Amino acid sequence: MFECIWIPLRKTLKSVRVWLLAATSSGVVLWGGNALAQGAAFTNTMAERTRACTACHGEQGRAGPDGYYPRLAGKPAGYLLNQLKNFAQGRRHYDLMTRLVEPLSDAYLEEIAKYFSELKIPYPPASQPSARLSPSVLERGKALALKGDASLQVPACVQCHGQALMGNAAHVPGLLGLPLDYLSAQLGAWQTHQRRARAPDCMAQVVARLNSADLIAVATWLSTQNPGRHNQPASLVKPSMPTPNKALSAEWACGSALELSSTGT
Amino acid sequence: MATSLGLLLVLTTVITVDNHTDLWLESAWRTALKSDPSPAPALNSNDLAAKGYYLLKAGNCLACHTDRGGPKGAGGRAIETPFGKVYSSNLTPDPRDGLGQWSAQDFWRALHHGKSKDGRLLTPAFPYKHSTLISRDDSNALFAALQTLEPVQNELPIAKPSQSLRWPFASAPALAIWRSLFFKPGTYQDDPTQSKDWNRGAYLVQGLGHCAACHSPRNAWGAWGEVDDLSGGWMQGVNWFAPSLLDDSSTGLASSSLASIVQLLQTGVHDQAQVSGPMAEVVQQSTQHMSEADLMAMALYLQSRAKAYAAVKPPVPLPSLNSSPSLATMSKPNFLSMGRSIYENQCEQCHGANGQGIQGAYPALSRNRAVLLQDPTNLVQSVLYGGYPPATLGNPRPFGMPPFILTLQDKEIAAVLTYIRSQWGNQATEVTPLHVHRVRALQGH
Repeated sequence: MFECIWIPLRKTLKSVRVWLLAATSSGVVLWGGNALAQGAAFTNTMAERTRACTACHGEQGRAGPDGYYPRLAGKPAGYLLNQLKNFAQGRRHYDLMTRLVEPLSDAYLEEIAKYFSELKIPYPPASQPSARLSPSVLERGKALALKGDASLQVPACVQCHGQALMGNAAHVPGLLGLPLDYLSAQLGAWQTHQRRARAPDCMAQVVARLNSADLIAVATWLSTQNPGRHNQPASLVKPSMPTPNKALSAEWACGSALELSSTGT
Repeated sequence: MATSLGLLLVLTTVITVDNHTDLWLESAWRTALKSDPSPAPALNSNDLAAKGYYLLKAGNCLACHTDRGGPKGAGGRAIETPFGKVYSSNLTPDPRDGLGQWSAQDFWRALHHGKSKDGRLLTPAFPYKHSTLISRDDSNALFAALQTLEPVQNELPIAKPSQSLRWPFASAPALAIWRSLFFKPGTYQDDPTQSKDWNRGAYLVQGLGHCAACHSPRNAWGAWGEVDDLSGGWMQGVNWFAPSLLDDSSTGLASSSLASIVQLLQTGVHDQAQVSGPMAEVVQQSTQHMSEADLMAMALYLQSRAKAYAAVKPPVPLPSLNSSPSLATMSKPNFLSMGRSIYENQCEQCHGANGQGIQGAYPALSRNRAVLLQDPTNLVQSVLYGGYPPATLGNPRPFGMPPFILTLQDKEIAAVLTYIRSQWGNQATEVTPLHVHRVRALQGH
């Protein structure tokens, strides 16, 4: 499957690479950038230890030939750790990630997660909605994100992912600053059971109640929103929760974010 | 016609002999048991289980008998074989799916004879060729430890070899033939000319450790060499090359200090080497948990084997720093200059302008035995997938290498590896784009 995407992209990549080589040799930092400039001296730091991560993910996330490598900086440590373990334990599937995390101990994975969660790196401006996009798609997306859909018993994104949609410490990720490609790929993966979280898997239940058009709508709207000035994850779920919604009762217990389970009940 | 009849006759004889041998062994063993009523356990049950836990680690049993993310010991992990997949069995004490209804004797029979409780012949994906050497005491301890695991019922039944292997490889006649050719039950016999430590090391390497299951060549029947054949082999299922532990030019066991062999097994790294690929899993899950005394015993045994081998077949000495590249690679200047430019842009920052690496972080590539191995499969794997050495107590925060599978093409990986294999004293053969392509294709990408 991967090969199919890879071959048509090779030509493009080739030209990109030539350009990159030219750029790096003239001292411009690009490939493998981040805190580590090309040619920078070795330092005994976490930045050095996580080269294998930033080579693909970059500082702010980066489009790769086989999909989008999401931003790691500033995501809640608990969320990042859960994802590392999901790859190691087969709840998420990406061979490169699995191979990288497999030999590492829980303690080290935790340190890596904490390192990225504490990085404060500005967000690039969100993409503009395509001119051809029907406004009704954006409206539907916005409604799902901010209000949910009571008729489908779907809670709003903001109920768990924070009022500012920048996540909640320690386990709920922010949803802004990510491109449409990535967001729709993740929702699609939940739909086809390719991505799972520890049971009870609340996201799987949310996604199961939405059709593909809804998933695209909410991903599209999220991808066009700029993170505001408060672009850090909220510190605690409980105080920032809106009026407890019925949809967020015990049935929405989240195995990957235990702090959510007691709220709303 | 005559040939097929002849073949049939041979097959029948082989099967009969095999079954007969097994029957005979079985009755002999029963007689032995009768005359020797089960010896009073020297350890109380807690101590026995504790000893068993240690041995489970030493044998890395649960690595195969636990599925990714699944409950410990509940089986279901797919083991790739040339004949199809074999799914590991559930070793937890669940009465329906696991060993809940087994006795220590049934367990011993599985380890020692390669037969299940119901008499079914086990597939050799379970390395009973090695486990047959495990002593009865150790077998009892292993069983005691397994009986303390959380009993787990499998959500879905684990596929039986007859369902997952291509016909006829899981059939009783096929297994009987395989066994008669490649398996003989036996226990480890001490070599009286060697020290107690040496014998302990040999017992661990040949038995529980089942090192030769990877570190020996496999034949067309999927059978590996003798339990003490450590001459290296290609691991078809995962596509890594398990280097010879005998040949000093491959792994340096004859010329390394015992302490550094122990260090590698304990921490995953030492001054001149670090483990990667399947061996990283072995260090992470098995050897790092072993006692220093056992690791020393294994190092002693392995080194003595490597020294004996070197006496017969002197190793190719590591090239000197200023030796010139081989003629074959010299003849391809464009290929080499492409490799050089990739090296400078992608590798040099960590591995150094002269392939010297960074002590304690990134391995040196200059005169590195793993770089110079005749078979470049492992190097290609490392460049394609990158990776970390195992995080161990002795090396808890390892540095890692990024994958290049998405950024470099086959030809570029071949060029940079050829460059690396021909610089700074390295004198190994060229890596071709075909080598790289083969590894990439076998990984399914």
